[in-house]
Amino acid sequence: MIRLQNIEKVYRTDTIETLALNSVSLDIAKGEFLSIMGPSGCGKSTLLNIMGLLDAPSKGEIRIDDQKTGGMNDKQLAQFRNKKLGFIFQSYHLINDLQVLDNVELPLLYRDTTAKQRRELAAEALAKVGLANRLKHFPTQLSGGQRQRVAIARAIVGKPEIILADEPTGNLDSAMGNEIMEILLNLNRNDGTTIVMVTHDENMAHKTHRLVRLFDGAQVQ
Amino acid sequence: MLKNYFKIAIAVLKRRKFFTFISLFGISFTLTILMVLTAFINKVVGDNYPDKKRDRSLYINRLQESGEENMMSSTLSYYFLSHYTGMMKTPVKVAISSMFKGTNTYVNNKKIAVNFKYTNAEYWDVLDYDFTEGKPFNKQQVTNADRVAIISEDMKRQYFGDVATVVGKYIEADNVDYRVIGVVKNVPVTNYMLYSDIYLPYTVSKEDYKSKGYLGAYMAILLGNSPGDIPKMQAEYESIIARVPVERKEFKHVYSHANTFFRSYVDTGNEKQSGVFIVVTAISIFVFIFTLLPTLNLVNINITRIMERSSEIGVRKAFGASSKTLVYQFLVENLILTILGGVIGTVLSVFALYAINNANLIDNLELSINFTVLFIGLLVCLVFGLLSGVYPAWRMSKLNVVTALKA
Repeated sequence: MIRLQNIEKVYRTDTIETLALNSVSLDIAKGEFLSIMGPSGCGKSTLLNIMGLLDAPSKGEIRIDDQKTGGMNDKQLAQFRNKKLGFIFQSYHLINDLQVLDNVELPLLYRDTTAKQRRELAAEALAKVGLANRLKHFPTQLSGGQRQRVAIARAIVGKPEIILADEPTGNLDSAMGNEIMEILLNLNRNDGTTIVMVTHDENMAHKTHRLVRLFDGAQVQ
Repeated sequence: MLKNYFKIAIAVLKRRKFFTFISLFGISFTLTILMVLTAFINKVVGDNYPDKKRDRSLYINRLQESGEENMMSSTLSYYFLSHYTGMMKTPVKVAISSMFKGTNTYVNNKKIAVNFKYTNAEYWDVLDYDFTEGKPFNKQQVTNADRVAIISEDMKRQYFGDVATVVGKYIEADNVDYRVIGVVKNVPVTNYMLYSDIYLPYTVSKEDYKSKGYLGAYMAILLGNSPGDIPKMQAEYESIIARVPVERKEFKHVYSHANTFFRSYVDTGNEKQSGVFIVVTAISIFVFIFTLLPTLNLVNINITRIMERSSEIGVRKAFGASSKTLVYQFLVENLILTILGGVIGTVLSVFALYAINNANLIDNLELSINFTVLFIGLLVCLVFGLLSGVYPAWRMSKLNVVTALKA
């Protein structure tokens, strides 16, 4: 589903060059739930961003669903992300000025859908994460766990084949973290969604199919 | 999609009320100034009372004589105008009138400032003054130098008070009594070529209208049969002027033109300086500076506002918005803001024009909002919205997603 070949990422300033990822190669199968672990600054998020086409590698090739992504322009990348990928962030990144339902339908705005379809799909996604009764709330009126569930609903509303989650339980207590993890596991199990999750939590990581460890930008496990 | 943009635009406006106030104030205040300016220009240039036949009229109001070191420029003499336009074959009629001149008169020991103007009889055929009572003077009365007068409604009210009719009554101007034979609707003083309080036959003038000098206090309007006569009349007048001998040795050239209304309205009286150019440049610079400042201010505020929303930009990009879509979103949001400013500006303009009209700053000038003005106003708003939105939107749309999400 996702194939990374010799991915290298170098950050350059005037004086310093930092190698964030050093020749990382990774194959992730369709329907797989993979977790990435490693100490802070080891390049986990950079790798996830590159996988999600949010950042470009300095070297190497990314294939998603057998499609080369290297030569795509801004518009093609945007469309590709919209169709294939869903994102979950540690700090939720919800738009506080919009109601929960509007937040969730956001990815559908960039597709050819009617307002009615968007409403229905968004409500359906929210029901799936157990928030059917919070459609008209604003994000600031919700708890951390509820916000992350809204973010998951937003990630799955467009029915993407891949979900990339960057420390989705990082800001939550263990009970709420477990709830979120349960939703992700269900998505993987029931819908066959491929999930790549960056985490610091060994317990969470061990619930997934495979664990990849990074250290100083290189894959060590 | 638009509904979503609208929701977020309103939410953003509500979020930072002070910024919103500054933005809206900038837009609406600028718009008000521009609306008043356009209303003024529209009234001055666009209002065709009493010269309703403007499309087939030409105006002669300057003559310039120049030599190597000397130059004289002025309105023309009655003799020059009647003599040389009399030679022309194309005009069906020629109105000749002096520029208005001020004097004082007294009613019940109260001083009234009065402007009067001398005209020929054809003046009343060429121009379409609305008579509320009486009628214009005719050729016979002019030839006889009858002391008859046509007055404006404003003059009637000032001099005679609230009376139904004044035809047959006498009015004193410049120590002479004239019999009122007609009352016409007011002409604003901004139409300086045709404005006056009292109109008199040129033959009653105390000045020598028979003097053969070129320069004097008069101007002429040539009336053609149809708009197609305009170029013919212009060419005819130019060829006559080309043959006019110079008056004095120190001069080498005589210049005078039969111009359309706007050209003659802004004529500088100097052959080397185009009045149209000066007026258009002056207005353009004024409008440019006046719109530039709030636009820069808006650009600045917009950048700050959009920067605050970098997380939203990151999320939208991650979930499939292209840079182009984001530019579109921010432009729509900015247009909503400017249109809101536009509505406020329009309301303020109505109040401003009402206040200006009531303050009676300029004689007989009634400014009004009309569709042209409104259209210009809305166009200005649109330009505002685009100008102040494009740059910040473009800048933000180029933001790297990862950077945007981290901010």
